[in-house]
Amino acid sequence: MSARDEILARLRTALADSPPPVQVPRRYRRVDDRADLIAALVDRLEDYRAVVHTGIDALPRLLSGIDRLAVPTDVPADWLAGYAGELHRDAPPLSPAALDDLDAVLTGCAVAVADTGTIILDAGPAQGRRALTLVPDRHICVVRTDQVVGLLPEALTRLDPRAPQTWISGPSATSDIELNRVEGVHGPRRLEVVLIGSGA
Amino acid sequence: MSHPVAPATGSGRIRTPLPFPTAAKPAVADTQLRANLHRATRTIRAKRARVVDEVPDWEALRDAGSAIKADVQRRLPELLEQFEASATAAGATVHWARDAAEACRIVVALTRAAGADEVVKVKSMATQEIELNEALEAAGIAAYETDLAELIVQLGDDTPSHILVPAIHYNRAQIREIFQRRMADAPADLSDEPAALAEAARAHLRRRFLSARVAVSGANFAVADTGTLVVVESEGNGRMCLTLPETLISVVGVEKLLPTFTDLEVFLQLLPRSSTGERMNPYTSMWTGVTPGDGPQDVHIVLVDNGRSAVLADPVGRPALSCIRCSACLNVCPVYERAGGHAYGSVYPGPIGAILSPQLTGVADNASLPYASTLCGACYDVCPVKINIPEILVHLRQQAPHPPAERAAMRVLAWVMRSPRRWAAALRLARTGAGPLGAYRERRTGARTLRRLPWPASAWTRSRDLPLPAPQTFREWWGKQ
Ligand code: SF4
Repeated sequence: MSARDEILARLRTALADSPPPVQVPRRYRRVDDRADLIAALVDRLEDYRAVVHTGIDALPRLLSGIDRLAVPTDVPADWLAGYAGELHRDAPPLSPAALDDLDAVLTGCAVAVADTGTIILDAGPAQGRRALTLVPDRHICVVRTDQVVGLLPEALTRLDPRAPQTWISGPSATSDIELNRVEGVHGPRRLEVVLIGSGA
Repeated sequence: MSHPVAPATGSGRIRTPLPFPTAAKPAVADTQLRANLHRATRTIRAKRARVVDEVPDWEALRDAGSAIKADVQRRLPELLEQFEASATAAGATVHWARDAAEACRIVVALTRAAGADEVVKVKSMATQEIELNEALEAAGIAAYETDLAELIVQLGDDTPSHILVPAIHYNRAQIREIFQRRMADAPADLSDEPAALAEAARAHLRRRFLSARVAVSGANFAVADTGTLVVVESEGNGRMCLTLPETLISVVGVEKLLPTFTDLEVFLQLLPRSSTGERMNPYTSMWTGVTPGDGPQDVHIVLVDNGRSAVLADPVGRPALSCIRCSACLNVCPVYERAGGHAYGSVYPGPIGAILSPQLTGVADNASLPYASTLCGACYDVCPVKINIPEILVHLRQQAPHPPAERAAMRVLAWVMRSPRRWAAALRLARTGAGPLGAYRERRTGARTLRRLPWPASAWTRSRDLPLPAPQTFREWWGKQ
């Protein structure tokens, strides 16, 4: 018998007592009633030591300090208005070593969760490949206010489950040494969020 | 179908080489270790309490989490078939392993087929359980742990002592010493500041990440309807391993399934708050088979039984398979806090280890572990998926080889513990010395123990004392907070 068939047979034998069907009680909150989602998101992001900027006008100032910038191929042109540094579009795909040489990456996101301060990328528009937001030391992420939801259950309905996903809550961190939080281990050491759109 | 196949027990690092009290003795005497553990568990406990308190629907989430896992266990064979079909359709290759040795053989063969003689590893309990690093080494393949704590443990030629923070038993001075001794590229003037130590690890692993061809991971969740795997982490070492290499091999216990992608909305709320005491862990990665042009193009999933079918076969012990390895039960356990993780012998320490390991190996092979507990109930209170650990402990004690009178006593105790009301009443009576759990005395050593239990438990206390329940139970204390 193959390992597959044997394991499945063992599991079926193990369930010989025919446990009764289970009703899953979904009495938890699925929609947030918080009045000001944006303020909550900013609070959570800053609690994680992400730096938050407001308005698309913040971008040129932010980017002017960056010499070599990586972007996904479909980044909106107005995000890069006036950028004078070296621009590296991810086409053909930049090698890990090439990415390691760049100073920062600029992307959008799919959705942001106010309750937990989580930004989610699912390889959709302006988000690019996973490696792009991983290797450079600084990640600048543009979040539109209409992409902000309150709770995690709301976020999941907006995602494409089959696309690779990266959920980010603050910059890379470790607490492995005497439980002291140290920011910046292998992922980007700095996460900067630019909130744009009405209400920002 | 032919004859039903009886569930088989598991192998690997899940057995206690020594009885628990013997193994715990040196740890209890090590004052440095106890100080490190005490500080660490208290810190995580406080963080966890704070972020759990701010969630108004925490109990509703626990109820949902517990029910979803019970549903998974009831439908495990069909959900596994569904997972296999979804993951395969998305471009992954699914393998099945009956036990630890078979799982290791599969990973070794896949690594060789990829033409690699080294792998980078994401922290994973399943690969520790099957002793994969040892198997890879025997096959001439170097395995590099990339999680900071796992790296410390690996360089220190040690084994992890905690599920979440495997190097919890070391302080910063000890970690600096290990790095200086074993990490060839550590700076000569390395200080013991956590930031400096983390930076040294970053530099040490950077080139390895950028050039690795094969990565090995576990998974926190495997979603049946989409074929998606989920890994939760903090440092970004997970993202490096899951994203940059060409080949990705994930070792996944069969119990890790969730029925639907939507169910993640429950578990991704329960896990980080219970585990690190954060609202959300810094990074969560999800992948479904192969995505052309993004991440590993050769994706393998090894589904491992290794005793899980035996756990499933026990209707009382079955909920141990609901465990999401958050480690909250370790941090509240008075026995863990004194004995540390190594005393449990298994990769699964603490209260969950005391019920999971003996079920994976068969109780006779791990008979002392169900006694590594005071039955205080704190582990049940914090468990995000509501595993009734004390009840399962008592149930397993009944199965270990014992005189019939003792087994009868355990059956009574199990009956008492099955109802929170009966248990609370029994504890109250025991403390006042008036009840069925009998009178207690302060021993000369200061240990408060029950000297004699009434029949039928008297047969058990004739030759030993029963540790007296804490003056205040965790539930009572919690109720007052
Ligand atoms: S038994 Fe519960 S509390 Fe303990 S590690 Fe598992 S899920 Fe967490």
